Amino acid sequence: MTEAEIIPIICDLLGPYNLEGKLLAAETDIPAELNIDSVGVLDFIMEVEDHFDIEIPMNVVSETRTVIDLARYVAAQKNKA
Amino acid sequence: MVDLLEKHRAIADRFQRMIDMGVNALGVTNDQMISPTRAIVGNREIILAGTNNYMGITFEPSVIAAGKKALDEFGTGTTGSRIANGSFAMHKELERSLAKFLGLKHCIVFTTGYQANLGMLSGLAGPKDTIYLDADSHSSIYDGCTLSGAKLVRFRHNDAADLDKRMARDDTGGGRLVVLEGIYSMLGDRAPLADFVALKKKHDFQLLVDDAHSFGVLGPNGRGLGDEAGLEDGVDFVIGTFSKSIGAIGGFGAGNHPLFDTLRYAMRPYMFTASASPASVATSIAALEVLAKEPERRQRLWDNSQRLFDGLRALGLETGTDVVSPVIAVKMPDELTTIAKWNALFESGVYVNMAVPPGTPNRLCLLRCSVSAAHSFDDIDRIIEIFKKVVAN
Repeated sequence: MTEAEIIPIICDLLGPYNLEGKLLAAETDIPAELNIDSVGVLDFIMEVEDHFDIEIPMNVVSETRTVIDLARYVAAQKNKA
Repeated sequence: MVDLLEKHRAIADRFQRMIDMGVNALGVTNDQMISPTRAIVGNREIILAGTNNYMGITFEPSVIAAGKKALDEFGTGTTGSRIANGSFAMHKELERSLAKFLGLKHCIVFTTGYQANLGMLSGLAGPKDTIYLDADSHSSIYDGCTLSGAKLVRFRHNDAADLDKRMARDDTGGGRLVVLEGIYSMLGDRAPLADFVALKKKHDFQLLVDDAHSFGVLGPNGRGLGDEAGLEDGVDFVIGTFSKSIGAIGGFGAGNHPLFDTLRYAMRPYMFTASASPASVATSIAALEVLAKEPERRQRLWDNSQRLFDGLRALGLETGTDVVSPVIAVKMPDELTTIAKWNALFESGVYVNMAVPPGTPNRLCLLRCSVSAAHSFDDIDRIIEIFKKVVAN
């Protein structure tokens, strides 16, 4: 899977957490721009994990702030096999 | 210059909104404690229904006497860590008493329950290991996990099938620790221990249960979740606190592993802090004796919990769990309503905990009650009556 393919899926998964209806883009800083608290971010990451059937350890979450950061990590995991 | 505190501006604004609506729910000052379930705040007597004083043991004469005796004989403090300054005999006595109570071989006492989680989790797991933690875990578990440097995998609350799926994905090797709680502090529900123990047949891992809210409360012997489920052998490590059923301050970790005591030299939150004060240790020992000798306290707690649970549900209020628990959380629709209702409860003479995100699971807003064995049925009925007047209307 490519990052370009993953980005729109991540944006879809962000829908229920985007309570203020912000426009989502690759560079969107998920916790800061969408005003999601720490638990909300972890809940969202669980949705991403289940959708792509990968593990995203909590240690990684703090380093993946933007949609593109997350897409890169997902792509690396999906293409690892 | 970047003002370091400016990043907390949003918290300050949110806090101010709460203050503007009435009393500071996060900073109530009890001017006088009359009993385990009554305080004077200002010039009013308040029924306390949010103290986690499950056994109502804080004014027990034998426990108070033990604390006074310890102050007289050992002084006010230990002035250092057990590694640097050595132990007092009573630290070891408390560890022996707890191990006996729990039916386990080893026990280590910590200065606070928070430090017990920091110490045990960071001592057990390291950077090459993986910790699987329930999504609704207490902050002290999250912090302990972070301190360990282990890979951290969060699984869906109380969902052993979800844990199974996540363990199957893992390919990193290293040790694996699964962390559960006996009673979850916000909603009052408990881990389905049998489901998680059964997973041990499929995956290699060691299992830790934090019985902070369930020690003294669950099981025929009050040992916690494993005791209640008849699955103590399936639990490798137990953590608990003295700040709830024991009515003091401190915490413990316990287990049967032959290397357990080695943790004393591997846990920074144990090594680099002053050990528990003599009065706190002595009152913990005495309270543990009361718990062992008076199982009827546990029965009173459950009778009171059932009464409050039934009463609040009869008002049409939605609770955090469908199972009776000493933690009874009433769900509120939003933060502003929660603050308003909390103030109305307090004005009417009952103190409960106000719990709002991110300190709650699923962004829930809660009026959280905790029941005590020291509540009378009249107290419980009064709490229900006040909820009826100000919350269920």
